[in-house]
Amino acid sequence: MTRIMFLALLLTGITSITLSAQKYYTKSGQISFHSDTPIEKIEAHNHKAVSVLDAATGAMEFSVLIKGFQFEKALMQEHFNENYMESNEFPKSIFKGKVTDLSGVDIDVDGEYPVNVIGELTIHGVTQSVETKGTMTVSGGALSASSSFEVAVADYGIEIPAVVADNIAKIVRIDVTLDYQVLN
Amino acid sequence: MNASIFQIPFTVIFVICMFPGNVFAQDGDLLSLLGEEEETTDYATASFKTNRVVNLHSLENTAAGVFDLKISHRFGFLSGGFYELFGLDNATIRIGGDYGVNDRLTVGAGRSSFEKTYDGYVKYKLLRQSSGKRVMPVTVAWFSSAAIKTVKWADPERENFASSRWYYTHQLIVGRKFSEVFSLQLSPTLVHRNLVSTLQETNDVLALGIGGRIKLNKRVTLNAEYIYVLPDQLAPEYRNSLSVGFDIETGGHVFQLHFTNSTSMIEKGFITETRGDWGNGDIHFGFNLSRVFTISKPKFRD
Repeated sequence: MTRIMFLALLLTGITSITLSAQKYYTKSGQISFHSDTPIEKIEAHNHKAVSVLDAATGAMEFSVLIKGFQFEKALMQEHFNENYMESNEFPKSIFKGKVTDLSGVDIDVDGEYPVNVIGELTIHGVTQSVETKGTMTVSGGALSASSSFEVAVADYGIEIPAVVADNIAKIVRIDVTLDYQVLN
Repeated sequence: MNASIFQIPFTVIFVICMFPGNVFAQDGDLLSLLGEEEETTDYATASFKTNRVVNLHSLENTAAGVFDLKISHRFGFLSGGFYELFGLDNATIRIGGDYGVNDRLTVGAGRSSFEKTYDGYVKYKLLRQSSGKRVMPVTVAWFSSAAIKTVKWADPERENFASSRWYYTHQLIVGRKFSEVFSLQLSPTLVHRNLVSTLQETNDVLALGIGGRIKLNKRVTLNAEYIYVLPDQLAPEYRNSLSVGFDIETGGHVFQLHFTNSTSMIEKGFITETRGDWGNGDIHFGFNLSRVFTISKPKFRD
């Protein structure tokens, strides 16, 4: 009897370990940013962010091509790449960090799990530490992560000239949604 | 405790089972687990700040769904001196608009005060300079325009034909953005005039334009263009067009300020009817003002 119980315990132990030790990835993560001023609302969307999440450690990385951001206005997109992000020189933005309380997320139980994320965000060749809250959503065994945080444009060495200072927000909001798939 | 021979291996397995996760959970480059990145095609953009160098069409076109209102002025010759306030007393103007039908096709029209001329054009990008997955060293665009002058007949008494008011231009634009700073293009051109005033002049005029820009900083570029008309096609009083200017970009506007010996702002004019001589100070100060309006917005996929 004890042997059977032990075996059962062992088996569930193995399954839960293998699940939580799983790695997840996406190549179609959504990243958008929003700059709101009384004069102008600017937003841009990128749906080709690449990310890997290691569920065992909570380590998480994502990377996005700056040229892949789409704007409503073509000229804004050109200026974004040419004048602000200098995307030929700095083609990507990268985040490397950790979901600190991923252990609370149970892949077998549907629901939304609030998590904390800390790490280093590199934009325009400048790396800054960021800490933000996020949500891990489990739905039918599928895992997705989302977060919304704010960055100060000046922290990343992006200059906004006086002429357009009223059109571009000093602090922009970044929304990230990553629908993960199991990485085999 | 009854130490069964089973229990020890189970414990060992249990411990081992816990390990792999930790073994792999090192601080590595997680993204490299996804293997080599798929290469993408990276098209060269913003070779010029607008679709004009000065008078010449640049290799850039108007973005899809965007209307670009262009108001262009050429003041009188600087050689007019103080009496004419260095040309500011006179001005010729072209009001026009360009529209990007898609990423490759641009159409435009305008009306010039010089000889009350209307013009319309189509411009199509045949090849786009790119790197990455698909490598293309140059951008190639085709440009065709028609212009009609509507100024009153010089001699209404004689028999005048409407066809003699028409002019056509065909141009191939071959250019490359060599670096962030430097772009250069060649524009072999054919201008057809239905009517010319003397026998010396040919109806078809072949010319080669060259235009380039140097980016001085993020918002200012220095542009220059020269159009060489092959010999024995024009009357002797006509000169080759030479223009030098700056593009200054602010938000949605681009101001092009320049000096040119050409009065007209359309191909048939500045290529075949330029009279000014730089050596004599027959230089116009002028500007093109470009203001873009987004007419149809692209849809976001998310």
